Amino acid sequence: MREVNVKDIEDKIAQMCIEANHYLGEDVKACIHQRLCEENWNIAKDILESIEENITVSEEGIFPLCQDTGMACVFLEIGQDVHLVGGMLKDAVNEGVRRGYEKGFLRKSVVEDPLRRKNTGDNTPAYINTEIVDGDKVKITVAPKGFGSENMSRIIMLPPSAGENGVKNFVVKTCNDAGANPCPPIVVGVGIGGTFDKAALMAKKALLIPVDKKNDDPYYENMERELLERINELGIGPQGFGGRTTALAVKIIAAPTHIAGLPVAVNINCHVSRHKEAVL
Amino acid sequence: MEYKLMEPFCKEKIKDFRAGDKILVTGTIYTARDAAHKRMTELLDKGEPLPFDMIDSIIYYVGPTPAKPGYVIGSAGPTTSYRMDAYAPKFLDLGQLAMIGKGQRSQEVMEAVVANKAVYLAAIGGAAALMAKQIKDAEVIAFDDLGAEAIRRLYVEDMPLTVVLDSVGGNLYEQGREEYLKFIGK
Repeated sequence: MREVNVKDIEDKIAQMCIEANHYLGEDVKACIHQRLCEENWNIAKDILESIEENITVSEEGIFPLCQDTGMACVFLEIGQDVHLVGGMLKDAVNEGVRRGYEKGFLRKSVVEDPLRRKNTGDNTPAYINTEIVDGDKVKITVAPKGFGSENMSRIIMLPPSAGENGVKNFVVKTCNDAGANPCPPIVVGVGIGGTFDKAALMAKKALLIPVDKKNDDPYYENMERELLERINELGIGPQGFGGRTTALAVKIIAAPTHIAGLPVAVNINCHVSRHKEAVL
Repeated sequence: MEYKLMEPFCKEKIKDFRAGDKILVTGTIYTARDAAHKRMTELLDKGEPLPFDMIDSIIYYVGPTPAKPGYVIGSAGPTTSYRMDAYAPKFLDLGQLAMIGKGQRSQEVMEAVVANKAVYLAAIGGAAALMAKQIKDAEVIAFDDLGAEAIRRLYVEDMPLTVVLDSVGGNLYEQGREEYLKFIGK
């Protein structure tokens, strides 16, 4: 067994919260730039240029990319040969988020109850997802998630007869209904199969895949390409002002499901598609 | 078209604004989002005064990040506007001049914009660091306990905005898309 102190996880998460909110991944930056070069509509070009300028300003370290510095979504892949020491993992993650959001002057956007809505004041609790995997390492992903785009996400339990077309139509309809609201250009995470809850988790995890990474399964790679084309033919464009660049990427994760079911979840992210990874 | 909108704000100065026009705003505006709209509506219901004069006011739907030492404000991009749709028509009827946000509005808001000769302006969602640079002063004037959602008085210089809903029923989200789709032959 390899020992990992949860204090090290806490320190790392604190730092990653700040970094994720200031430095967009190189994959997303390159994708935005490529779309800018391909864009054929002036107002859309202007918006994409402003988005690039915003990224540059944020990298100076004073102003975060977006004022919605998100609900902290923390994914932990814990090797089964790891022994966590030094305290409770959950407490360490939340303490890391609390410290990061305080030190980084990030916005505290979490309310303690969905109906009574009192702000917790420190952006905790985080959304924490743990998975036991092979090995003796801990992989941490911090993905601050804004709710302008989260609110436009949808899930449906399709009948198996709906098939591939049913899935594709639901994804395109979700993006069309979202329109200007989720700050296009968007990144579209799709979870297909599993159970009701697993589909949603897969959709969220799909947003963590580098936008330039090809799907390992040629069937889903083709589907991603086709969906991206269809979404970019909607004409919504950056910020909904019209144009080609409605989506930067579509990412699909699929899983085995029940003979009676075809769950489909669509989790939308804005162009500020933030996530940082680290391995301890 | 491109316009500069300077203080003092009034309906006369915005009457020619049309969906798609670019506007640079300079002057005093107020921040309010979900919780502040709810509280202001409750004040109105009780017949109590609002934290600022609604007549000819510009409200920016934003909850900024905390200001770092030496800066007046943190990042300050628009939040999604439809969540204010339940409250906005009433404020527009009371004389509010302009709303700044992003995203689609309800039929009721669109009608209230036309009826009151008001305007709905969009800031670039997710370009919050850029927007912060145009804010020269910020002060919490009400509902301090709401944190990021408190009402702030901002002084902005050349804040870059785009007209989405205008006083004659224009809607950039519909027109922009239609024009683009026509351009690509769809």
